Amino acid sequence: MNEPAVTSSQPLLKVRDVSKTFILGKSVIRQMLGRSPDSLRAVHHVDLDIYPGECLGLVGESGCGKTTLGRCILRLYEPDAGQVFFDGQEILNMSTAEMNNMRRKMQIVFQDPYSSLNPRIKIGEMLKEACLVHGIVKQSEVKQQVEDLLTMVGLSADISERFPHELSGGQRQRVGLARALAVNPSFIVADEPISALDVSIQAQVINLLVDLQEKLHLTMLFITHDLRLVRYVSHRVAVMYLGSIVELAPVDDLFSNPLHPYSRALLAAAPLMNPRRRSRVAAIKGEPPNPINIPSGKCPFLARCELARDRCSVEEPQLVEVEPGHFVSCFAVKG
Amino acid sequence: MGDILRVENLRTYFKVRGGVVKAVDDVSFTVGDGEVLGLVGESGSGKSMTCRSILRLVPPPGEILSGRIYYQDQDIMTWPENHLVDYRGAQVSMVLQEPMTALNAVHTVGKQIVETILQHESVSQKDAEQRAIDLMRLVGIPAPERRLKEYPHQFSGGMRQRVMIAIALACRPKVLLADEPTTALDVTIQDQIIRLVKDLQEEMGMSVVWVTHDLGVVAQLCDRVAVMYAGRILELCDVIELFENSRHPYTRGLMESVPSGNTRAASKLIPIPGQPPDLLNLEEGCPFRERCRYTVERCQEKDIPLVKVSDKHYSACIRQKELWES
Repeated sequence: MNEPAVTSSQPLLKVRDVSKTFILGKSVIRQMLGRSPDSLRAVHHVDLDIYPGECLGLVGESGCGKTTLGRCILRLYEPDAGQVFFDGQEILNMSTAEMNNMRRKMQIVFQDPYSSLNPRIKIGEMLKEACLVHGIVKQSEVKQQVEDLLTMVGLSADISERFPHELSGGQRQRVGLARALAVNPSFIVADEPISALDVSIQAQVINLLVDLQEKLHLTMLFITHDLRLVRYVSHRVAVMYLGSIVELAPVDDLFSNPLHPYSRALLAAAPLMNPRRRSRVAAIKGEPPNPINIPSGKCPFLARCELARDRCSVEEPQLVEVEPGHFVSCFAVKG
Repeated sequence: MGDILRVENLRTYFKVRGGVVKAVDDVSFTVGDGEVLGLVGESGSGKSMTCRSILRLVPPPGEILSGRIYYQDQDIMTWPENHLVDYRGAQVSMVLQEPMTALNAVHTVGKQIVETILQHESVSQKDAEQRAIDLMRLVGIPAPERRLKEYPHQFSGGMRQRVMIAIALACRPKVLLADEPTTALDVTIQDQIIRLVKDLQEEMGMSVVWVTHDLGVVAQLCDRVAVMYAGRILELCDVIELFENSRHPYTRGLMESVPSGNTRAASKLIPIPGQPPDLLNLEEGCPFRERCRYTVERCQEKDIPLVKVSDKHYSACIRQKELWES
């Protein structure tokens, strides 16, 4: 099992009942025709605790709302409802100034290292700006700080004179990480940080992330669709489906004993790296439903579930602790 | 078992400003009747261009410089262009990675399947439509009679990829070239597509060349595997042999560098240092030598050919014997 560096009973980050719905198609023509706009339910009543020093993996398929949830936590999207507590402070009511101050402690590494760096700014300038904007270091020390940051992510100091287009994907992702670390944060959202990289480069970046997370006691929300990766990096895992967290458990419990029918299907669908163990039947039929205009008040997984019963279509299951630390939202699973 | 496809010393080069990119460089392999061959490699390793070369559809400025491609023992490199019309689609067909750009957005899905059938066979429009419906049912598209009349944008990613497979299978080809057909899809949908292709392949006795960078997909689907790097095949063998007795540092490096489904404590990832070489004006010698932990001086002397390790196992590492023969 992956061991968290620090254990504490108090979560660093508390997410309570956070929801986010995007309104689509608010066009003038639609309004003239008297049609109501479509709504896309991205995050639906999510509760989540992340403890200091832990890496929480958030897995799910595209469109399940995992990126939106990550961004809601950082207020890069404003949630429609709910509360987010960071270090005991509610951040959703904070003023812009207060929030900017808070952002020092909460950073993000983006998925695409090609579009997340400004192509017109040299790497050194970019990192300098990140250090200075929060007044963490003095002007006179900033050069040294930038060098230290680059060393920390395994890049040489001469990188600071280069532009993003001169770097490879792996190098860019290291710069993205250095920029996030520049302000000395305690919490990082890593949103699919390696999926844009070549296979042989991915391990370099994963190991760097994991090492730094342990060394700097970072608390991390690691968003990915890759189950093999999530098992490798996380201490606990949350499985998301159609905006809801359907299962949350320590990583070994989830992989050895997945309880929610969707988690089971997801694990069974990940291709095993063993040619002697091949499965012949598809793990699950059907596709994730379109998240536009879904009715609430029933289980989000209902349409694809083999265990579905009457109750599932009239009531929404809640996350319930069925074993210590193992939460599932399914009426068919008994604790 | 015969070989339906034989590729010998294929060289597909791109002449660009500043030099030559050897996208496919002296590649040889065979595809057996009813066999699934995996082409594994990272982006830029030449796996897609190998597939396109097999169809003689290399986009300019690329060009097949030399080599032989035998389909049912006939060298298609000598065929005139009009001869290839039946070969492409009816004998050997291809499924592309991106189902959104590969389908025509302004025609219904049904029309695109029917068009393929009518192109290759003399059947009536009505019969072709019926075949299209059967094909859509075969690849698991629900309500095919209705969906036949819909446009690509009305299909999800997974359903579009099924349409692509239906088009590729429309004329019962003997070889299916699948160029990362599941890379853009979610894992549960990827799983469905892999099972589907496997079932169809066995039912129709078709041969498949499956291009991927995912070793898990290789383990689940392929009979034999060619590992490509910088335009060359570095290792070629049976799938079980590849996972249990690989004879190339690159293959071994790849396996150690991707999470196998274990926790960190059980097995720590060992990254491959450095990055893939610049393909422009690549120097002679083993293309992997600069990232290889076993490099010796001999590795840069000349291009290293695939050498027989054992029956059906070939490796392009000059040190494979001393390193792993015990």
